Amino acid sequence: MRASFVFSEVVNGLRRNITMTIAMILTTAISLGLLGGGLLIVRTIDKMQNNFLSQLQVAVNLTDDISANDTDCTQSLCQALRAQLESTPGVKDVQFISRNDAYQRFRQEFSDLPELQALGRPQALPASLRVDLNDQNLSGAIVKQFNGKPGVKDVNDQGVFVARLTDALNGFRNLTFVIALIQALAALLLISNTIQISAFTRRTEVGIMRLVGATRWYTQLPFLLEAVVAGVVGAVLAVGGLVVAKVTFLDKALGSLFSSGIIPQIGLGDVLGFAAPWLLLTAIVVSALTGYVTLRMYVRL
Amino acid sequence: MIRLEQVTKTYKRSTRPALDAISVEMDRGEFVFLIGPSGSGKSTFLRLLLREEVPSRGRVYVSNFDVAKMARRRVPRLRQSIGCVFQDFRLLANKTVADNVAFALEVIGKPRHTIRKVVPEVLQLVGLDGKAGRMPNELSGGEQQRVAIARAFVNRPLVLLADEPTGNLDPDTSQDIMLLLERINRTGTTVVMATHDHSIVDSMRRRVVELSLGKVVRDDKRGVYGVGR
Repeated sequence: MRASFVFSEVVNGLRRNITMTIAMILTTAISLGLLGGGLLIVRTIDKMQNNFLSQLQVAVNLTDDISANDTDCTQSLCQALRAQLESTPGVKDVQFISRNDAYQRFRQEFSDLPELQALGRPQALPASLRVDLNDQNLSGAIVKQFNGKPGVKDVNDQGVFVARLTDALNGFRNLTFVIALIQALAALLLISNTIQISAFTRRTEVGIMRLVGATRWYTQLPFLLEAVVAGVVGAVLAVGGLVVAKVTFLDKALGSLFSSGIIPQIGLGDVLGFAAPWLLLTAIVVSALTGYVTLRMYVRL
Repeated sequence: MIRLEQVTKTYKRSTRPALDAISVEMDRGEFVFLIGPSGSGKSTFLRLLLREEVPSRGRVYVSNFDVAKMARRRVPRLRQSIGCVFQDFRLLANKTVADNVAFALEVIGKPRHTIRKVVPEVLQLVGLDGKAGRMPNELSGGEQQRVAIARAFVNRPLVLLADEPTGNLDPDTSQDIMLLLERINRTGTTVVMATHDHSIVDSMRRRVVELSLGKVVRDDKRGVYGVGR
């Protein structure tokens, strides 16, 4: 097979239908960009769950009375609660955090947000029993069991907050995937159409090729490669778009959430090292497959 | 070289078969006219040899190829040993004369140095040396058909199929084309030419196979177009 021949056929084919080619590339790029965005969200959720799940605790917040008077959980009410918690199945560890400890923690956590730090007062923070669980799924039972007990102000499951954040991100991810899928459909149809047009404009050549005994590969490869080239260019544009979106938009909009560690940072490494290879692979496989099916079904070569 | 055994071809939406149980044999190096009115089955005959169509019944042999039965992926090999010329030339308008001829070799993967050698040779054979760089639309009809013949012959096929090659040409030019086909025939290539041109058939005195309504109605060793003419 003569590479130069095939290559020049591909370039000619793409140039001849330049408007279709551009439409095909842009649609592919948008579709892949959205897919990439979705993949990055999935990765973020994974990271977030990794980061938090091991540290998630159920906080049994104690009443103001206990918070003010019992600094080391030696009074009977607190001790009873602690004993009950420790004997609950699935509980790994119970730790007492006094009002003062809580305040220290608060100051530490928001050390880079002095305005917020200044707002905090020890009196606003309850003492609590922090429960580490063997299985995070048991948190609901603990919340139910200890809510409303004497000495308990409320029970706070950190997992619920993370779950809410994860849900929001999951929803966003699903939306992205759905739009990506719709765009992908448009891209597929465009690729298929472009190949058909391309085959039609070159029907004389293809007719002669068939007649003089060119193999199927020789006649079809240029069309197939056209689709793949468009797909790859689309993927490159999509990755470029993701990088630009990260630098100009995401980093600014979510910068504080990133720096406080609530949402794990999406780095360039995630875009280039994780999303880009997948997008490229998807582009190549999908465009080649579309091209192949189109040639088999709609184009008599 | 070419053998059809009891070949019937019926097209889907047609009640009458295009070819009706015909058997014909053509030897290596023969020059055969295929004549008959439109719809008599001439084109179907040629298409069967190229495996553009598959017979409904019967066998078709070209050289060593069992054409009707062969696997799809071997069809290119068959076609590489058959050259084709048409009434409408079928040249690529955006390529020069030499590139048109070279195209036929490029797409079957011939090495470049071979192409550089054989294209000028074949252009000389058809009398177009000196016009290698011209575009098809700068040439006369006769010259364009010569390019088409050069393209069909450049890979030295065993068989040359010509479907009304003089249909678009004036009588003098047609004579020149016939001389060229005769020359190609003398190299040992079997030539099968479908035509309506009485004067050419009559003047050449070659084998004539006449088809009518899908049947062979005449097969003369040194025939003329019409009986008793």
